[in-house]
Amino acid sequence: MKRRRRGALRERVSRKGAAHLRLLVNGAVQEVACAPHKTLLEVLREDLRLTGTKHGCELGECGTCTVLLDGRPQLSCLVLGLECEGRPIVTVEGLADGPRPHPLQITFAELGAAQCGYCTPGILCAAKDLLDRHPDPTRDQIREALSGNLCRCTGYIKIFEAVELAARRLKDPSARPAPASLHGWSRAPEGAP
Amino acid sequence: MSALRVVGRPLRKVDGLSKCAGATIYADDVMLPRMLACKILRSHRPHARIRGIDTSKAESMPGVFAVLTGRDLPIPFGILPVSQDEHALCPDRVRFVGDPVAAVAAVDEDTAFEAMNAIRVAYEPLDTVMSIEEALEKPAPRLHEYGESGNVHKKVALEFGDVERGFREADAIFEDTFFYEGSTHLPMEQHAAVAQVDPDGRLTVWSSTQTPHYVHRALAKVLEMPPARIRVIACPNGGGFGGKSDPFSHEIVVAKLALLTGRPVKVTLTREEVFYCHRGRHPVLMQVKTGVRQDGSITAMRFRSYLDGGAYGSYGVASTYYTGALQTVTYPIANYRFEGLRVFTNKPPCGPKRGHGTPQPRFALEVQMDRIAERLEIDPAELRLRHLVPPGSLTANYLRIGSMGLGACIERVVSGSVWKEKFRRLPRGKGIGLACSSYICGAGLPIYWNAMPHTGVQLKLDRGGGVTVYCGEIDIGQGSDTVLAQVVAEVLGIDPYDIRIVYGDTDLTPVDLGSYSSRVTLMMGHAAIQAAERARDLLARAAGEKLGIGVERVAFAEGRVFDVEDPSRDLSFAEAVQEAEARFGTIGTVGSYTPPASEGRYKGAGVGPSPAYSYSAAVVELDVDPRTGWIRVERVHLAHDVGRCINPVLVVGQVEGSVYMGLGEALMEEQAFRANRGAVHRMPSMLEYKSPTTMEMPEVVTYLVEDPDPRGPFGAKEVGQGPLLPIAPAVANAVYDAVGVRIDEVPITPEKVLKALESPGRRWGPKAVPKVAWLDPIRVPAPWEGERR
Repeated sequence: MKRRRRGALRERVSRKGAAHLRLLVNGAVQEVACAPHKTLLEVLREDLRLTGTKHGCELGECGTCTVLLDGRPQLSCLVLGLECEGRPIVTVEGLADGPRPHPLQITFAELGAAQCGYCTPGILCAAKDLLDRHPDPTRDQIREALSGNLCRCTGYIKIFEAVELAARRLKDPSARPAPASLHGWSRAPEGAP
Repeated sequence: MSALRVVGRPLRKVDGLSKCAGATIYADDVMLPRMLACKILRSHRPHARIRGIDTSKAESMPGVFAVLTGRDLPIPFGILPVSQDEHALCPDRVRFVGDPVAAVAAVDEDTAFEAMNAIRVAYEPLDTVMSIEEALEKPAPRLHEYGESGNVHKKVALEFGDVERGFREADAIFEDTFFYEGSTHLPMEQHAAVAQVDPDGRLTVWSSTQTPHYVHRALAKVLEMPPARIRVIACPNGGGFGGKSDPFSHEIVVAKLALLTGRPVKVTLTREEVFYCHRGRHPVLMQVKTGVRQDGSITAMRFRSYLDGGAYGSYGVASTYYTGALQTVTYPIANYRFEGLRVFTNKPPCGPKRGHGTPQPRFALEVQMDRIAERLEIDPAELRLRHLVPPGSLTANYLRIGSMGLGACIERVVSGSVWKEKFRRLPRGKGIGLACSSYICGAGLPIYWNAMPHTGVQLKLDRGGGVTVYCGEIDIGQGSDTVLAQVVAEVLGIDPYDIRIVYGDTDLTPVDLGSYSSRVTLMMGHAAIQAAERARDLLARAAGEKLGIGVERVAFAEGRVFDVEDPSRDLSFAEAVQEAEARFGTIGTVGSYTPPASEGRYKGAGVGPSPAYSYSAAVVELDVDPRTGWIRVERVHLAHDVGRCINPVLVVGQVEGSVYMGLGEALMEEQAFRANRGAVHRMPSMLEYKSPTTMEMPEVVTYLVEDPDPRGPFGAKEVGQGPLLPIAPAVANAVYDAVGVRIDEVPITPEKVLKALESPGRRWGPKAVPKVAWLDPIRVPAPWEGERR
């Protein structure tokens, strides 16, 4: 082990030629100077400190880093920041309307669809895209839309139910969760299916 | 007990909206000024002596601040006191592909990566040991200089009652062998840690750990620093499942690098590294010999397990005992012998994964029960219902059962699935299978011997009515913060969202041993009740004086403190706090919990005892395509005896998540290695390591059975792990119902189904177990035999 004391100088030496990006993130223009090979994921997390976007593999396998690019789900680990210049990007931080969370964020919290919460930002983005395209999705459409997003906590069931409840809420703000989602079948009024 | 107002309600998690806003700060989200990036060089050899490490090139690279090797961290560590066999960086020998060898701190991750690749290590390859059989055959080279002998890490043999006599009393004897493949936790969050040293010499480590207290101890030991100068902060885990329960090399390495450079240092493991860090499900080979009477009662059982432990001890000694501990808590076993061993192999170390050491024997036991039922011509549900361990009883191995809701669980899944109309009556290709299980609600003994409580809770009451709860627990997604808030809110009669939780911080919070062994709700719950009741007593005295009534008339509900005989005479909670503070000074209380003493008095009695046992029953309905062997699970019915739900929506979520993870293990997940190609992982990526996606996940019908346990807080028992256990055997039993083949090996893949369909024995699974000179068992009379040892 040897210590390096001339850190400040070396820091500058190691810095690669930086790229200058103008990104449109969550409705605002943000300028970033960063290494040109940085992925959108890295730019969002490291340069813009939008750490709501998570990573699970950085190889495009798990869906955790999903954001909305041009309004459609995009694995932010598979696209360079450079490629996103001028294109609208929405991250989990941009889903809420000011202080008001998106209905999906509320139903995910309400039904425990976010357990550890780590896959949640990516799934919320994918689910928002689904609801934008299909306001009344079937269970199969939800499965299909979220099939690229892995979750190890929930078994996906609460996620399906939260998407369905959000779809209902968007039409009827008073829509309530099914009793069995909250209590299982032991206390449900109708008894077991 | 008066009616519960907060406990039992399906409330939104106290951190639910933060998680859905992306606002929760996980370890990799901690970003500090001047922070360096760390990369760890790991061995690409499965077994080798380190002849030399040349770090000169890495050290001279611009932007590199420090390079570490094993020489810098010579003190060994490990989670169990008996297995201090790991080094933060290997000093002289590597034992698996992925063993950490050197570490770099540099100005950014790219520079650290380049420097790591510039380190040259000269290895002298050693023979490898890749399987249980090989480890038993090859005593040399030994992976470790400790353990039983050769490459056997641990051997245990226990006998309760007289097993030979029990077999003589049996009408039929069943002997079967099973294999349960290893699998890994695959948390969505890769492990990460950040270390910072302040100018006054205090070290802080943020980590994605389930066990901040054990990390604290390991750091103090390896760094030779007073624990008082080290602060470990557990960040909310992005999934744990047991995989973040060991102290890890990378946590120690970043701490050392921060001490050396004076700058904050972060490490985030790559997904591939997470696969190699592992500590997951042990592959276990099992042989079960069971004697039964014609009525199905079990006269004797001899259970043998062979665990493939991988390269280090980890929790392995406990895992070994766990493969033999909980057979007795579902159906009475009159005489029981357990023989188990764990071997070292040149693979990533195995450890605790959801269900720790018990899904494997439960698979064997429940598949064998299906065979027993068939031979005795008793319906499998009926067989189990006839022979349930009575509540309040003591098992052959001295485990004290509390509430026991397995009968109710079986009845729920049987009626819910219309079992009686389907079992053995479905067309070929369609099957239904049943299995049951039980799990501990926290280990009765701590990991290192001590007489202190297992958990502590501290309360601070603010004049404005806010309550801050301090506890060393850490939320790994199971919702422990919410459980804590609901329990305290229940006792104090306040809104759980008015409570602030301070968790998992060794400087700020009383010790809680960690989020493992399904201990948190029960143990932390008791400590929280005690702390909250002590605060309530102070408030009741003050409010009683103010209202001019005795304390026995003071009640707490909905943010009010009032006279039960005239609820209109009341104070707000905040006013009651102010009255109490005026009389007694600052209001702060503490609570703690220590589990009851184990009733067994034999060596090995430390594993298995728990304050309470949860129970689950599962029915799986599936289709098997006899041409392809493809299995499609259609529906899972799962009933779980949780004692009492603190929060039902969280309980249902734990059940569904357990079913999911159980299905992954039953059908596809394999932590497997290429024996002939350098012992590398077959599929260290999330694409190739198959886990169920939204497309495979079947419908889950959850039934909650609430049979309050006298030893649970408000009667609550665990739910995070138990419901995983019956899934794999229920799938195996359903496959048999569908196509008539026995798959005695997990995962149950299409290939194995096809091979079984083609084989004359209509079975796939291990044929025999290796011959082993077992130890002479420690003989313990069963409790009903009078004398107790």
